[in-house]
Amino acid sequence: MKEFISKNKTVAIELLYKMKNIRLVEETIARRYSEWKMRCPTHLCTGQESVAVAVGTALRKDDFVISTHRAHGHYLGKGGSLKRMIAEIYGKSTGCSKGKGGSMHLIDKSVNFMGSTAIVGGTIPVGVGLGLSITLKKTDQISCVFFGDGSIEEGVFYESVNFAVLKKLPVLFICENNFYSVYSPLKVRQPEGRKIYEMVAAMGCPSQCGNGNDVLEVYQKVNSVLEGIRQGNGPFFFEFDTYRWREHCGHNFDNDLGYRTQEEYLSWKEKDPVCAWETILLEAGVISTKDIEEMENKINKEIANAFDFAEKSPFPDTKEVCTEIYSE
Amino acid sequence: MTRKITYAQAINEAMVQAMEMDKSVICYGLGVDDPKGVFGTTLGLKEKFGSERVFDMPTSENAMTGVAIGASMNGIRPVMTHQRLDFFLLAMDQLVNNAAKWHYMFGGQTSVPITIRLLLGRGWGQGPTHSQNLQAWFAHIPGLKVVMPTTAADAKGLLLSSIFDNNPVIFIEHRWLHNLEGEVPEGDYRVPIGKAQKLRTGDDITIVSLSYMTIEALHAIEILGRNGISCDLIDLRSVNPIDWEMIYGSVRKTKKLLALDTAAESFSVASEVVARVSMECFNDLKCAPKRIALPDCPTPTSPALTKVFDKGAVDIVNMAGKMTGKNIDTGEISKHKTYPHDVPGDWFKGPF
Ligand SMILES: Cc1ncc(C[n+]2csc(CCOP(=O)(O)OP(=O)(O)O)c2C)c(N)n1
Repeated sequence: MKEFISKNKTVAIELLYKMKNIRLVEETIARRYSEWKMRCPTHLCTGQESVAVAVGTALRKDDFVISTHRAHGHYLGKGGSLKRMIAEIYGKSTGCSKGKGGSMHLIDKSVNFMGSTAIVGGTIPVGVGLGLSITLKKTDQISCVFFGDGSIEEGVFYESVNFAVLKKLPVLFICENNFYSVYSPLKVRQPEGRKIYEMVAAMGCPSQCGNGNDVLEVYQKVNSVLEGIRQGNGPFFFEFDTYRWREHCGHNFDNDLGYRTQEEYLSWKEKDPVCAWETILLEAGVISTKDIEEMENKINKEIANAFDFAEKSPFPDTKEVCTEIYSE
Repeated sequence: MTRKITYAQAINEAMVQAMEMDKSVICYGLGVDDPKGVFGTTLGLKEKFGSERVFDMPTSENAMTGVAIGASMNGIRPVMTHQRLDFFLLAMDQLVNNAAKWHYMFGGQTSVPITIRLLLGRGWGQGPTHSQNLQAWFAHIPGLKVVMPTTAADAKGLLLSSIFDNNPVIFIEHRWLHNLEGEVPEGDYRVPIGKAQKLRTGDDITIVSLSYMTIEALHAIEILGRNGISCDLIDLRSVNPIDWEMIYGSVRKTKKLLALDTAAESFSVASEVVARVSMECFNDLKCAPKRIALPDCPTPTSPALTKVFDKGAVDIVNMAGKMTGKNIDTGEISKHKTYPHDVPGDWFKGPF
């Protein structure tokens, strides 16, 4: 790790910056949600920042990404526009989906973030389709599909992996296993002891698991397979363990509901990915507390600007309700 | 004996009674035993009946539908729940290709007595993938029964009838009805599938409605009444089969039809009502039938767009006014509304 940090100082700092950015964005959304101006269901990824950031940083800008209902991190990690994301959550015409999609339906084609939708498993075959298009167009891009442990239970997941393996498509499957699907723990949904990544390997798709709260581990693991995927080795699957801090949907904490214990939650809070990386960088001496302060100030200013932009932006004209149903 | 309970409690009560009456009734679906219990409708069931009969599910809608079909062929009566109708779309294959036609396809030798609870709704930025009102799809498929109760009593009565019906029944609940209170009979109370209910009686116009739109119609009818227009309000309750006799009888009396729907206008249940009435009561009609439903586009998320997308009492009053040649002031409707258009009431604190 030391070696990596000293050789890749810029990347190391970039990873921290992006994680802090996502953390502070999500926490600002959480704080301001009760103003009830963001009138749409919102799934925050607080606690899960590292996978989004590591993968987003490892990928090239022209690589495709597609995601789910919990996409804020993936969107920002890939370089999506913060202003347009916040405006979208506010339902404004300047939003990345012009107010028609909301928090669950984000897109930023300028960085090849090709969309996120809220039906579990729904975007997995779409990501594979993007992979197919890459093969047909003979470029060396990658199509990255983000999804949760819940998606593994949908039939479409198996159909999609099978096809990706069959056709050796350049697809990077990233499963963020946060152990819950809404309030249902993994153990009521999947057989005890089974590792998702092992099962996928049995389907012929090479796979690995990793600590999803360790941004460097994720970054390095993902980086180590990208070249192979670009060269035509076919798809690769990662299962990264991580944890969502806030409620499944909304801005509060929901540990009081009793579906998970306070102890479990606290033990994961101790594994805070942002804090951990910050400490490592401080100890390695590549960054000072003053740098961090400056970093946070800069991020907070950008967030304030984004919220300001969203609040000041106009709502879509009511005439837009029935436009864009078909492409011209 | 009746007492006041909410629509969600009425569903819960029907579940408890069905499971007490018949050991073969089981209940499953995503989150049925979680702390929220599908908006309160399945709370306590696991504690009462055990985890063999009441259980959570993997996110596997298509498989769980097929599983229900198989289990039902051996005497089990599964009740499945889906927190949004949209999620159930992944199960259309098992529903349409298997459940709906099994009885027919095998010459009536087996049947598929399953109940599928689908929640739909509007509001709070639910948007294009969390608010689709696709009842007409289901009603269009021969072999399925489709019910959409509006009142708490009907929720109970129709759920019991659905569970003990020997066919697949799609039981559709609008989220904005869950907190509605109403008088609900105790005990084994059943409402027959296929029978509509007349909620208001009047002479000037027939309003045929379903699900949450019936609540909007009730508000509208009050205002219309004060303006000298009296309405027959028929709450369909079942959209397959539909109680045509009640509709024809009413239209023959009022000579005017306004059909309401919670779904996109084209090819809707309201369309079918207009079509059949036009065919069967053509000579009775004094003006062209009308319908009020959603515009033919996906649900937008922005509150600025849902404001014009969703339809309600004001639209009904305006349309009924037009059909009877009266211009009615709808200002009083908005005057009484103390909460935003995209939530069901003051109590709603989002975000689900
Ligand atoms: C087909 C479908 N079924 C059910 C749901 C309801 N739902 C929304 S999010 C979610 C949890 C999915 O869990 P996971 O994939 O692990 O993602 P996480 O929320 O943990 O990020 C579920 C079941 C849905 N959106 N789509």
